[in-house]
Parts: sequence; structure tokens; C-alpha cells
Amino acid sequence: MEFFLVQLLNGLAYGLLLFMLSSGLTLIFSMMGVLNFAHASFYMLGAYFAYQCSKWLGFWPALVVAPLLVAGIGALVERFGLRTVHKFGHVAELLLTFGLAYVIEEIVHLVWGRAAVDYQIPEALNFTAFHILTSSYPAYRVFMMAISIAMLIGLYLGLTRTRVGLVIQASLTHPEMVEALGHNVPRVFMLVFAAGAALAGLAGVIGGNAFVTEPGMAAAVGSIVFVVVVFGGMGSLLGAFIASLLIGMVQTFSVGIDYSIGDLAGLFGAQIPEQFASITLARMAPMLPYLLMVMMLVMRPKGLMGTRET
Amino acid sequence: MKRTLMAALVCAGVISTGALAADNVKIAVIDPLSGPFANVGEAMVRHVQLAADAINARGGVLGGAKFEVIAFDSKSNPQEAQNALKQAVDKGVRYINQTNGSNVAAALIDAVNKHNERNPDKTVMFLNTGAVDPALTNDKCSFWHFRFDADADMKMSALTDAMAKNKSIKKVYLLNQDYAFGQAVAKAGKAMLTKKRPDVEIVGDELHPLGKVKDFAPYVAKMKAAGADSVITGNWGNDMTLLIKAARDAGFKPMFYTYYAGGLGTPPALGDAGIGHLKQVTQWHANVGTDKATKHYEAYRAKYKDTKDDFYFSTHFLALEMLAKAIDAAKSAEPAKVGKALEGLKIEGDTGEVSMRADNHQLVQPLFISTYSKVDGKDVKFDVERTGNGFKSDDRVEGSETVMPTTCKMQRP
Amino acid sequence: MSEQRSGITPWIVTIALAIALPLLFNKGFSLSLFCQMGINIIFALSYNMLLGQTGMLSFGHAVYFGLAAYFCAHALNAMGQGAFSFPVTLLPLIGGVIGLLFGVVLGYITTKRSGTPFAMISLGIGELVAAGSQMFPDFFGGEAGISTNRVVGPKALGISYGPQIQVYYLIAAWALLSAIAMYAFTKTPLGRMANAVRDNAERAQFVGYDPQRVRYLVFIVASFFAGVAGALSAINFEIVTVENVGLAASGFVLFMAFMGGTGSFYGPVIGAILVTFLQVALSGYTKAWLLYLGLFFLLMVLFAPGGIASLIELHRPAWRARQLGKLLPGYVALLVPVLIGFAGAVGLIEMIYFVETSGGGEGEMRLLGVSVDARQPTAWMVCFALVVIGVLGFRQLRPHLLRRWDDVTLALRAAETRAPSAAVPGVGT
Repeated sequence: MEFFLVQLLNGLAYGLLLFMLSSGLTLIFSMMGVLNFAHASFYMLGAYFAYQCSKWLGFWPALVVAPLLVAGIGALVERFGLRTVHKFGHVAELLLTFGLAYVIEEIVHLVWGRAAVDYQIPEALNFTAFHILTSSYPAYRVFMMAISIAMLIGLYLGLTRTRVGLVIQASLTHPEMVEALGHNVPRVFMLVFAAGAALAGLAGVIGGNAFVTEPGMAAAVGSIVFVVVVFGGMGSLLGAFIASLLIGMVQTFSVGIDYSIGDLAGLFGAQIPEQFASITLARMAPMLPYLLMVMMLVMRPKGLMGTRET
Repeated sequence: MKRTLMAALVCAGVISTGALAADNVKIAVIDPLSGPFANVGEAMVRHVQLAADAINARGGVLGGAKFEVIAFDSKSNPQEAQNALKQAVDKGVRYINQTNGSNVAAALIDAVNKHNERNPDKTVMFLNTGAVDPALTNDKCSFWHFRFDADADMKMSALTDAMAKNKSIKKVYLLNQDYAFGQAVAKAGKAMLTKKRPDVEIVGDELHPLGKVKDFAPYVAKMKAAGADSVITGNWGNDMTLLIKAARDAGFKPMFYTYYAGGLGTPPALGDAGIGHLKQVTQWHANVGTDKATKHYEAYRAKYKDTKDDFYFSTHFLALEMLAKAIDAAKSAEPAKVGKALEGLKIEGDTGEVSMRADNHQLVQPLFISTYSKVDGKDVKFDVERTGNGFKSDDRVEGSETVMPTTCKMQRP
Repeated sequence: MSEQRSGITPWIVTIALAIALPLLFNKGFSLSLFCQMGINIIFALSYNMLLGQTGMLSFGHAVYFGLAAYFCAHALNAMGQGAFSFPVTLLPLIGGVIGLLFGVVLGYITTKRSGTPFAMISLGIGELVAAGSQMFPDFFGGEAGISTNRVVGPKALGISYGPQIQVYYLIAAWALLSAIAMYAFTKTPLGRMANAVRDNAERAQFVGYDPQRVRYLVFIVASFFAGVAGALSAINFEIVTVENVGLAASGFVLFMAFMGGTGSFYGPVIGAILVTFLQVALSGYTKAWLLYLGLFFLLMVLFAPGGIASLIELHRPAWRARQLGKLLPGYVALLVPVLIGFAGAVGLIEMIYFVETSGGGEGEMRLLGVSVDARQPTAWMVCFALVVIGVLGFRQLRPHLLRRWDDVTLALRAAETRAPSAAVPGVGT
């Protein structure tokens, strides 16, 4: 029971972090059709900016400053990069972000070095929040979840209660119509791109010290956020939310399951070679999301809650 | 020599300084100089340069020939390392050195063997200072390859010796990266521990994908549920840091027995996580206790004041000192002759006597088990990478105790 | 697509170059560089069958290259142990068949969808294969990879493939054969239908072709040629490692095809040569090569998204009409600020890298043969000034070139109206 509860919380925390990362990407992807390969780089920049800010100003200012800086960079990328290549089609846009991810990583190497930086959890949050029987649960994870949920609520209110939000929502499902109605779609795009980058940056601020802030952190989450977006479905924030939690839970719980391929084959009375038979679900845990994504795309390319295919 | 190093660093040796004597012994360092591990590669070049400087300062080899260090980028990729080897050979290099990655080392052994077979007049020798895959001195062993770091099995033997002595260990969990090295660590750890301590229960043997796990909390929860009091892991880099941090967050405090707790860049990322319950096995650390042990560490810090890295280990010094001695003994810098002189060679290292096995070209040397601790000025005088944390010596395992049987069938020219 | 009339001349020039190159540059390293170029040419061309010809953006093409390379390495090893005998010369054929078989299996899933879902499926499969390759060290050789020896099997005409030069000519021959075959493929009905599916899948369906089937078939053919390249890589390096099936390798072939230009047949060839050179040789000159490559890629996407080939195609009409001479002075004039700015930018980047890797810029640094002190502001200011001069000069001189372009375009139009071209208007493009 204790194990189950701890894993549930771990899965929830990981899922919420994934949602922070992917919510911005979903917005960008659905509205602009851009598979933003640099999105995870914004997450990394958020972490590094937060590291630098917390050295100069402290963690709390960094929580605000770092995402804003990332938003600024996102806006610049949209204005001077994506908008320039927009006329050449989605492949060019995608490749631009692809190249950008390379360059951002190399610049991070130059500015902050190649090894991990010492970005630690602030003292004020470095304590045990509560105990589940014998396991302690750190306060910082609770804080992470709180930030994610606050962000989720903020996003929901922003999209449903403000004028810009309504335009964005409309652009998610009917981009042509919104343009036809005379809205400045490019500006909305820039705004959404900046906001998406800021969300990734915020995820970086709180994820960077919970995990490790190093130049490989973007590549490490780079493809998993695509899985979330694709799995959740185009144009659906709710889909992304459910997909994030699902993938967080799947990854967390499969670690605890020691059933192997051999056991599975045994059920059908089949004999398979030892090297395959010994592979447990736990060993495969981080591969499962990709398997899920491929299956989803083949069976139902709209994704879980998607409204359209591309 | 500094001039040469800088030119080599900037242009990987393409711009020749033109001021060097013809009979210099060129040593090519083939390590990552770009990409994610460039910091490690750069540090390794500095280590080799420091070792070469020390020998050159006292007159070099063969009565005046100097060691000349040239750096080449392996890009952490076995095929690219072959390109680097070709570039080095084009520049007349006869000695190559490599530290980072058993994959690159295996490719280099193979490439060197083929090169020497196809170009018997331009043979090349490979000085391995950090690729620890046991196969390199067993099934893949080669006359042209000499290893100066202890291999993974020798280190595991030392680790399990230390564990066997600790009677409070009851339940051990093995968590390793799911690739060749991690699988080998898991296998060796299990086999050696059950042999040395049959009473110890192995409560888990888990493999996780290499560099893909973001959050180790689920693994920690599993280890805790299994009731482990000790964990053996071959994890390195982020897989190491994330594991220790997750354990700290969950309040899980077993003793971690590791290979790479002190890997370059790991202590700064760890911060204070793992203090007091994180052990590593190495051939050197700053608090070994002998007078000579900190000589190079201090020289490195004095020369490279502003680098983010630190003196890591003394294998480069052992390698170059032994190479110098073998060259002088052979009265020639011809790799075939030097190789024969290296076999069975003994020298006094910084931590004790070391000797090169003739049957598989593996260096036999004392190994140390140490614990990650705060600097206290007594047991822990010296820190790592200026973190204020260092390693406290627990155990010294003599070289003779780490000698492993070998499957090597050496073919000599 | 490429011109019908381009004829046989470029092919003959290519063959002559391929034969002559190793005679001109015969160092061990340059030879192995040419070998890698040859392999990458096949690989990039096969990739362009997907991206350029059928509009399928794949993030997992290295899977077919790498798996074929693994099987060929195992085949070579089995031959070394005398399990069977097969001429090494024809080994790429085995590689091709392996690539094809994997293309048949994995391609079936991948090509079920087009557009973005296709890209995502290929990414997912790429991730799965890359992860799997770490888990099965028996087949993939773990960290060390599978090493092999190409000097096996029957020796024909004194060719043992021991010396690198023999391997070079083997690769050159296969590269030429593959290029011819792939060029011929573009002229087949299937090749034509691939273009139609790329441009408008719905219309292609109305004509009676199943786009999914067309994609699947093209995918299989492309996998075959990726397999050929993989086999040659196994022969050339005599080692295959997990990096060969990884996502970075898949990304690199995309780089090559895109930089060269996916819009024409020969674009990927240029891209493969250029990117291989930058990747293999540039790293010998500077540690900043990854950054240069990335920036170069960004500039290409921003200002020449059609790749280098599109720039060549842009000038082709002017060259035909012998009007290129008019543009030349404008280009030469523009070259001056570009070179100045470039030198400044390179200087800045090199100094940043020097400071980063040497720990604060200690010691002497050499920049293009000049000794520079990176700790003094002088060098930084000089480089920065060069960049500014370059940018200003470029802005000053560009209108001049553009005016020339307008003149040339007008002249070309005038010539066209005088003598209407015999070319048939393009269908469906």
C-alpha cells in the first residue's frame, strides 16, 4: 500500500511536469502546425536562467524572471525565424527549430560549460512535507505539483475568460476562420509562441533543480513531449493533460512491475530465447511511451482527444 | 610546450609550430573535444600534457627527445575515432592515448591492430587510461594495447571485498544502466558478492535504460520497498546524480557502492546529496594519505587555475612514466620494442608499486574505496572540483588482491 | 525536378572526378574522407526519395542504414569463420536486401500515415530501435559495437580490400551505380506517382493510385539504398556501433539532404559532400564546428530553404542565356563585405571557445596564423568591428546586385518572348 501510494504521487508529479512542458507545445503545434523541436530547449534555458538568477537574485525572483526571459527569446524566434520561413512550409519551420535546438545546446555549452551546474532546491523548500507510513515525501515535489496545478488553472481561465484566450481557442480548431474574421493571427501566433516558451521555461525553473540542470536535459525530454502532444491529440489541451498524467503513471508504475516477456510467453506456453525472456516491463518502462505513440498514430491519428489529424 | 598545446587545442594540431625537433615522441590524445563530453576530453588533454611536461622537464627520453602531445577529437563516436586515428597517423604519431569510453577504445584497438597488420613499418601503440571494459584485456586483448586503469571486474572485486568485511550489510540491490557496461557490472557484482558473502540477500537486480530516466523516484521507491540496505551501481553522469538526488528526496539512505561517484562533473551536480553514504572505487583520490598522492593534484590546480574541472586521477602519469621508462629501456621509440619492454615493467607509483602484466597488458595497482564526505581538514583534507566535498579513504585493496584470471591469448609480433 | 536535357555530361564529369580524386589527394585521411562522402551520397540520395520526391519527412532513416550495416558486419564475421563464402564486392547487395526487408516490415507501419503523423511514427520507431540496440548486446555488440574484418572471402583480380584505395573504388562504383539507379527510378511511373503523391495526394488518388501504397513502395526502395550505404559503411569502417542506428544519424542525413537541396536530384549529393567534409574535416581545424554547422544550417533554412541546389538552379537560366557575366561584378563586390564579416564572426566564435576551454583564456591563441591575446579587449573589438563593417557593407552593396538581377530577368524575359521555349508546361507541380 505504501509503495502504491508513493508511486501514485511520483507518477502524478512527473505527469504534471510533463504537462507543463507539453501544454505550450500543444498550443504552438495546434495553432501553427509547427513541430517545435526547440521547445525542450526553452525548458533547458528556463533552468539555466533560473540558475543564474537564483545566484544573483534568489530563487523566488527567478521563478518570475526566468520564464519571462524565455518568453522574450520565444517571441524573437517566432518574429525573426518562424515568420520568415513560414512561406516555405511546415518542413522549413520544423527544420528551423531543429537547427535552433542544436545551436541553443552549443551556446549553453559555451556560456555555462558542459558539466551540470549547481542549481539546488532553495532552503525554504528543502524539507520533508509529510510521511506516508515510513516514506518521506519532499516538500519541493509538493511545490512542483502546486505550481503545475496553478498553471493549469491559470491557463484554463486565460483561455476561457479572456478575449485573447477565446481567439486562441478558436485558432486551435478553426485557424482559417479566425483569420477570415480579421484577427491579427501573426500577432496571436507570436503571443502563443512566447507564452508556450514561457511555460516550458517555468517547467525548467522548477524541474532544473529537482532533477539536474545540464546541457543534455533538452535532448532528454525532447522527444517525450512530442509523444504527449501526439498522444493527447491535436488542438486539445485536455488531451495533453490526460496524456501527460497517463504517461507519467505508465512510466512510474511499470518500474514496479517485474513481469517479463518470458512470463507473457509462458502464459501462451511459448518458449523464447533467454535474452528476450528476461526483459521485464520495468526495463522497458521508458520505451513504452514511444510504443504507445506509434500504436496511437497507426490506430487513431487524431490522438486521444484530438479534433483533426494534422 | 604550452605553445604546442594551445595550438593543438585551438587547431587540433593542424597549425604546426615548426619549432620542434624531429625525434620527438608524438602522443595523440583521442578524446571528445566537442559535444556533451568535451569538458572531459579537454581535461584529459590537460592531464596528459601535465604528465608530458613533467617528463620533458627532467630531460625527456632517449637522452633529450621530448614528448609532444597532440589532441584529436573522437566526438565520443567509435567511427569518428577511427578518422582521428588516421589523421594522427598521417602526422607521424606512433603512440595514441584515450580515456573516455570503452566503445571508442574497442574500436581503436581493432583499428590499431588492422593498421599495424597492414602497415608493419608504421606500427602504433595504444595507451588506454580509462576504458574499463574487461573484454579489452581478455577476448579483445592485443599486443599493441596497454591498460593503465583497473578494469571493471577488478574494481568490482575491490568493492565486494570491502562489502564482505561490513557485516551490517544484509540486503543488497543492484541498479544499473541497461547497456553492456551496466549489464557487466550487474553480473559481476552478483557473482562476486554471493561468493564472498553467501548470507547476503540480493533483493533486486534492476536495469534501466541508459540516460533516459528523468525521475528516479519510482526506482527509489522500489528499492525502499525491497528493504535494501546497500545498493551497487555502475551508473555515471546524470544517471548517477539523479539517482542519488531522488534517494535523498525520499529519505532513503542505503550505502551506495559505485564506480563513478567522483566522475568529472558529478560532485558539483550532487552538491551535498549523498554525503556519508556514497562510496566509490578508484585507483587514486586526493585523500589516499601518501605524500606523493597529492603532488600532481596540486600541480594541476596550480597550472590550470580557472578550469572548471579538477585533477581526476593519476593514470596518465603512470602511463607516461612507464612509457618513458620502457622507451629508455628499449633504447628506441619503436612501438614493437617498447611494447616488449613494457611487459612486466614495475615502477613506484604515487600510491605504491604498480606493474604491467605481460599476459594481458593490464596494470596491477592498489585500489581505494572512499566515501563522499565534507572536507574536515583531518581525514578529508582535499576536495574535488572545488565543491568543499571530497572523498574519505576507507579501504586500500592491494594490487595483488585484484588480479583476475584472463582469457587473453596474446599474439606478439 | 531536374532538367530533362541535363544529359549525360554531369555523369561523365562525376565519373572522371571519382577516378581522379584519390590520385590527387592520397593521404590516408583524405582517402577515408572520400570514402565517407561516397557512402553518405548514397544515404542522402535514398533519404531524398522520401523527403524530396514523396514528401515524407523521416526521423528514422538511419534505422535501415544501421541495421543493414549490422547484418553485413555479422555476415563478414561469419565469412571470416568460414561459415559461407560470398564476394565482398557484392556485399552491399545483401545490405540492400536487409534494408529492404526492414523497410517492408517497419515501413508498413510508418507509411500508414502521411505528413506530420508519418514524421512522428518514424521518430517513435527510431527511438524504439535505438533503445532496443542498447538492450541486446549479443547482436548489437553493446558499447563496443560489432567489429569485423573486410579481408575475407575469395580474392578476385588481386583485390583483397585490405588497402583503403581498393575500398574507395568499391564505394565509388557502388555510389555511381546507386545514383544511376535512383535517378532512373525518378523516371519510372512509380517515381512520377511519388511526386504526384507529394504534391497532392487526393488528386493522385483520383487518378487511381493509392497514395499509401505509393508511399510504402517508395519507402521500401529508399530502405534498400539506405541498406546499400550501410553495408558499405560496415566495409569501410570495419565496425558498426549503436550510433549507426541512432537518432543523431537520422538527423544528420536530414541535414545533408536539406542543405544540398531536396528539390533536385543532385542536391543531396552536394549536401552529402559538404556536410561530410564539415563534420569530418572541420573538426580537425576548430572545436566550434558543431556551432558553425548549426549556424550554417539556420542561415540556409532562413535564406535558402531550397538548399544549395536551389541557388544553382536560380542561376541556370542566366547561365544558359550567357547573362551570368553581368551578375559577376555584383557578386564579387558583395563577396568583400561577406568575407570581412565572416572573418570577424569566426574570430569572435573562436575566441569564445578558446576562453571556455582553456579556463579563462590563459596562454597564447592563434587565429588564422596570427597570435591573439584573448584576455585583451583589442582582439574582441577588432573582430566585432569586422562584423559590423561586413553587415553594413552587405546592406550597402546588396541593392546593386538586385538591380543587376532585375536587368538579367528582364533580358531573359525579352529573349523568351522572341523565341518561345519548346518546354512543355509542367503538369501538376
